[in-house]
Amino acid sequence: MSTQVLSDTRVLTGRSLRHILRSPDTIITTAVTPIALMLLFVYVFGGAINTGSGESYVNYMLPGILLITIASGVAYTAYRLFLDMQGGIFDRFASMPIARSSVLWAHVLTSLAANMVSVALVIGVALMMGFRTSASLSAWLAVTGILVLFTLALTWVAVIAGLSAKTVDGASAFSYPLIFLPFISSAFVPTSSMPGPVAWFAENQPVTSIVDTIRAMFASESVGNGIWIALAWLVGILLISYAIAIAKYRRKIR
Amino acid sequence: MDTTPIFGPALQVRGIEKSFKDLHVLQGVDFDVQAGSIFALLGSNGAGKTTLVRILSTLLSPDAGIATVNGFDVATEPKDVRESISLTGQFAAVDEVLTGRENLVLIAKLRHLKHPGTIADELLARFSLTEAGNRKAGTYSGGMRRRLDISMSLIGNPPIIFLDEPTTGLDPQARLEVWQTIKDLANSGTTVLLTTQYLDEAETLADRIAILHKGVIIQNGTLKELKALLPAAEVEYVEKQPSLEDVFLTLVGEDAAAAPDENTDAATAVPAGKESR
Ligand SMILES: Nc1ncnc2c1ncn2[C@@H]1O[C@H](COP(=O)(O)OP(=O)(O)O)[C@@H](O)[C@H]1O
Ligand SMILES: [Mg+2]
Repeated sequence: MSTQVLSDTRVLTGRSLRHILRSPDTIITTAVTPIALMLLFVYVFGGAINTGSGESYVNYMLPGILLITIASGVAYTAYRLFLDMQGGIFDRFASMPIARSSVLWAHVLTSLAANMVSVALVIGVALMMGFRTSASLSAWLAVTGILVLFTLALTWVAVIAGLSAKTVDGASAFSYPLIFLPFISSAFVPTSSMPGPVAWFAENQPVTSIVDTIRAMFASESVGNGIWIALAWLVGILLISYAIAIAKYRRKIR
Repeated sequence: MDTTPIFGPALQVRGIEKSFKDLHVLQGVDFDVQAGSIFALLGSNGAGKTTLVRILSTLLSPDAGIATVNGFDVATEPKDVRESISLTGQFAAVDEVLTGRENLVLIAKLRHLKHPGTIADELLARFSLTEAGNRKAGTYSGGMRRRLDISMSLIGNPPIIFLDEPTTGLDPQARLEVWQTIKDLANSGTTVLLTTQYLDEAETLADRIAILHKGVIIQNGTLKELKALLPAAEVEYVEKQPSLEDVFLTLVGEDAAAAPDENTDAATAVPAGKESR
């Protein structure tokens, strides 16, 4: 049984990776908006922003930009899933003797691959803009681990959106608030510069702890307790959205 | 997995009911389909044909009733049912981004067959798609897409095939090609359940025809039996046998008339009215 899940997931992941390779514009589009934001913040607003830390602004904001990249990238997963359901191919798979969960896992793994490529593109541009890090190999691995976890958590949210959507636009609309969330966090300006209630929200929403953790890792600083809060958020969102997505899928396919 | 056919009908449908909120689509559907035969489920648009096919292919649970496919209960043995069937849905279920060949290879791999490439090439040749095999399925004409769709359903030789309105939207030439494919299938021993709105399609292909109307099967028989339902006197001044259309219109009333036909005189000569329930 479990070997069947693996082999079916592998075959179906190959299919959706082909979709991406044949329209690489989705990866580029995913990277373009965050890159434009990065240029805007570094070269237009950046001079006026005082982060209170000694580091360059591109170093300061890159973690937030990476989260925005992923938050906009997962919208394509909802979109592709929705298109599969609209066409008959989803029904065809559901009427075949294949492992039920492999259909969703294929989309999730494809999302992971596509988002990691987009993230790499954005980091490449950041390096050209002067991003520097003293991170060790293990710190890089830790950053990668957090970004993978973040992608998986948001991708399962995207699966819920794709499964429940009634229209194509509806399938990707869920990502707008996710893209917006980093702006009310420590991603671009320190939360201490915000008015009371906003600062409270910013300090207690998931993005701030994740951004602070990645920033500390890039700067080879101690991550402190923040990493546990970040991991708790990530694992919590992942488990809950996974459970909801699977329940929705079960109801959908019978 | 043992999916060898069990003695008895390939499909057994008993008292199947299905409602969507207040819409009672199926209100107790009963019929059998003998192994190796072509069975046509005839009904106008919205009669519930797709709903029934989705129930039989384990995509939807019925509210009541029992259906067995190849001897397996759709409710309690969905996995065995899926091993026994192939579904060709109402809308061609091909992956438009992949080529025709890649579509076939994909299904062969998902059915865990050896040599998926060889299987794909054989099917492309059999369905005259060899030349188009390396083109994206999204560029195919309606007829080619349908042929690809049906060829995908044949992979793994399932004993039972569901075809939901296989020729709707096709031009006459493509329609004849699909008809030939269906005949070939039945000749090779596959059981075919076909839904259609087209009377001539049922008339041409099916061994037995059931008419689904207002949630129930109002008639079920061979073409000959259905035609015998009309008293000969009704058509005495028409120099031909009653067509299935005449029978259909008599049975369901003219409001449900689907396909237009030039022979309107024959249709009006038949008393339209009470549905037999
Ligand atoms: N998922 C659904 N939710 C609500 N109504 C549905 C659903 N599926 C089908 N229906 C309704 O059930 C009726 C029968 O539909 P269908 O089985 O597709 O008919 P047919 O295939 O014979 O044209 C239609 O009125 C259709 O609108
Ligand atoms: Mg239908």
